[in-house]
Amino acid sequence: MTEPFLSITGLSAVSDRENGAPILRDVSLRLERGEVRGLVGESGAGKSTIAKALLGILPRTVRVTGGAIRFEGQDLLTLKPKQLSDIMGSEISLIPQDPQTALNPGRRVESQLTDGLRMRRGLSRQAAHDKALKLLEEVHIRDPERVLKAYPHELSGGMRQRVLIAAAFALEPKLVVADEPTTALDVTVQKQILRLIRGMQKTHGTGMIFVTHDLGVVAQICDTVTLLYAGKVIEAGPTAQVLATPKHAYTKALLAAGPRYDRPTAGLEPVPQAIFDQLRAEMGIM
Amino acid sequence: MPLILLSALNRIALAAVTLFGVAVVVFVLLRVVPGDPIAMMISPGSTPEQIAQMRANYGLDGSILSQFWIWLKAILLGDFGTSISLRRNVLELLAERLPATLELAVAALVFAVLLGGAIAIIGTLVRRTFLEPVLDTVNGTILAVPDFVWALALISVFGVFFPVFPLSGRVDPSVQNDFFTYFYLIESLLTLRLSAIVDISSHMIMPVLALGLPLAAIIARVLKEALLEAMVQDYILLAKLKGKSNLRLIMQEALRNAIGPTVALTGVQFTFLIGGTVIVERIFAYPGIGNMAIDAVINRDLPLIQGLVLVFGALFILINLGVDLLVAAFNPRLRHA
Amino acid sequence: MRKSLKAALSEPKVVLAGGFILLLLIAAVFAPWLAPKDPLEQDLMLGTLPPTGYEGTEPGYWLGTDDLGRDVLSRLIHGSRTALIVAFVAAGLAALLGTMLGLLAGWYRGWVDVVISRLVDIWMAFPPVLLSILLVAVLGSGVHSVIAAIVIIDWTRFCRVVRSETMAQAQMDYVTAAQTIGFPKARILFSEILPNVAPVIVALLSLEMGIAVIVEAILSFVGLSVSSDTPTWGGMIAQGRAIIYQGWWVLVAPLVLLFLTVLAFNQLGDGLRRALDPMMRR
Repeated sequence: MTEPFLSITGLSAVSDRENGAPILRDVSLRLERGEVRGLVGESGAGKSTIAKALLGILPRTVRVTGGAIRFEGQDLLTLKPKQLSDIMGSEISLIPQDPQTALNPGRRVESQLTDGLRMRRGLSRQAAHDKALKLLEEVHIRDPERVLKAYPHELSGGMRQRVLIAAAFALEPKLVVADEPTTALDVTVQKQILRLIRGMQKTHGTGMIFVTHDLGVVAQICDTVTLLYAGKVIEAGPTAQVLATPKHAYTKALLAAGPRYDRPTAGLEPVPQAIFDQLRAEMGIM
Repeated sequence: MPLILLSALNRIALAAVTLFGVAVVVFVLLRVVPGDPIAMMISPGSTPEQIAQMRANYGLDGSILSQFWIWLKAILLGDFGTSISLRRNVLELLAERLPATLELAVAALVFAVLLGGAIAIIGTLVRRTFLEPVLDTVNGTILAVPDFVWALALISVFGVFFPVFPLSGRVDPSVQNDFFTYFYLIESLLTLRLSAIVDISSHMIMPVLALGLPLAAIIARVLKEALLEAMVQDYILLAKLKGKSNLRLIMQEALRNAIGPTVALTGVQFTFLIGGTVIVERIFAYPGIGNMAIDAVINRDLPLIQGLVLVFGALFILINLGVDLLVAAFNPRLRHA
Repeated sequence: MRKSLKAALSEPKVVLAGGFILLLLIAAVFAPWLAPKDPLEQDLMLGTLPPTGYEGTEPGYWLGTDDLGRDVLSRLIHGSRTALIVAFVAAGLAALLGTMLGLLAGWYRGWVDVVISRLVDIWMAFPPVLLSILLVAVLGSGVHSVIAAIVIIDWTRFCRVVRSETMAQAQMDYVTAAQTIGFPKARILFSEILPNVAPVIVALLSLEMGIAVIVEAILSFVGLSVSSDTPTWGGMIAQGRAIIYQGWWVLVAPLVLLFLTVLAFNQLGDGLRRALDPMMRR
């Protein structure tokens, strides 16, 4: 069997702040080229820790205690900072969660969108400008010239997220990490953005790790899904299969509890306490 | 764009009102001073007719309101009267001395911004290393020492123990007569007179340090705090993923968002710095308006005090106005609203 | 109260800085007995003697003499009297005035607050240097003018802080409780709120004393404070500045003492704020 495009094997991490409490316990997952994998769990389940590990931006308080992240044959965890920073933003990019804070309020959209093109790809000012226009058209922004000249506060939340998506795909990365990219948006905008991300991913043939707490979103966009609870993989497989015939009681409870399209921002309805007790017992946590 | 223009006009109008307020306060306070203002203005040996004439000239025989009106008209026309102690036209004296103070204050400001900015940026770069507390402590110590003490400490060190800089004055008398304006430093910079530049700078260096060091420490503290706040934002993370070095993250991403609050604070502190020139000029016998103000108070030279207070007031108001406009210019939200 | 004292004394800054100020206070009170020489006695034969440890000293003149042969150490000890009188009286009065108005504005709100707050805003818009030039010009020189100038300029500091602290305290449950019991408003203000605002005032007072010491030194430096035959640190500094090449110690000795005093007041204020704050905020 050939080595997959991206594989995480046996990844474990602890928090130095909370006396070495485990954050990730022996997490493994794999991703093929052009595949979208959902990473689902409630807050604290470890999904964003995995995303941060992929991007090489783990906080100082988190310490990896074992495992490997292999991306195109290289272990990201053992790379030197210089090599890592060459990959990040170029081969692997991020669609951030909150478009309010992810754009620098003091710089025009153009300079933020073309930074990477000019620094990483050595494009001239004019070439970067043309490329930025194309990217904005690609994310369905009307009047891209005006948007390029705008400051972030002059754009709506949805527009900003489109700009950030354009930026994430600007350097033709092989892997995009989407960190709950729709949670901060209005319901109506959410759907458009999801469709846009899916479309971009397909046209560019990019692999994607899609972090979310919303199984409804997973159903719309992910090929495969990995469910996490308390830093441990509970269930994984093709989305259709997991959603149709969930094996684990926690997954079943999640599906039964929601989510609802009429109240997507409300998050998940409570899962019965008994299931949590069972989960804890399985993992040996009290 | 029209909105910013409107708000600028609004500020300018407000500044004019404030200046008028200062004028009223000066007028009232100086009328409270015991003693007949005319008695201080007359030259010795004036006849009673001359005194009465003078009283009429200054409108002092009219009501308080008409007195104020006459006084205000004179002020607006630049007639500040004659200094009692120096026996010269007050406006002329101010025109001679103000440039010295302006050069000193602006030099101190530039020094403070450069030093404070550098400390803040270095402090942000070395955060979470052993250098950070060291830098913070040095900065805190600089901040704790007022300009008065700095000036005297500098005099002791560089005047006595390592006598490298002249202790008093603005320029050596041998070069003094060659200037066309009273802006000695600017003039010698523009005409590239190296010997004059060196001489004037060596006179200015200690007062500039005394005035600028505490301000630099304040700027460093506030700017560093604003930078650290900006550095945890998501846009910094994205820029970092693009491969920007820490220095570039600070200079290209964080600084422009951190600079607004710092400019506002620096403006307020700059008015304090100008207040500080009064005592610092005194210590270094530097011939500016601050030094002159102390003599004026000691001699109870009311026309001169009045002129000085109005000039200081106008300076403060202009600085505040400039800061407001500058803050607006640094904030894209205000610029394009 | 006992608890606050204990918290304050466990802060090393407070002990160190407070100890220094206590020593200074003792020196000021017992100056005539502690000073080795008469601070005014001139002896031109003993002019500009360097401090002990340098060439050409006379025994008994530890810190040397000035150009008129007056003992520097004795003048420093006597000079601490003016410095501390101004520090305590001026800062105390500024605190008293500012606290009163701040309590009223913060507790009674309404038009009282509007009037006082406006007054503070206008006051603070006027740069301190201008105000002090004008005040000293109007009031004339002398220690009373110095104190008056400090009080008139700096009461706003206390007023602003006390007002906002009072407003914060007024939201607390213990105030509501006292109100439901039916205590009169004035009584709640002085017996319930004031004790909780007091730590902030104490910390601020300490900082203000440092400021007052500097202001007094500046005004006596330029000759606008007490008459020149009373020894003051600022006056000594002015004299030392004039004869800096002949006797640097006449400048350096009072300067170092001035610096240490201001530092001590600052650190004391800082330490008190740190020690007393958590108790207030719980």
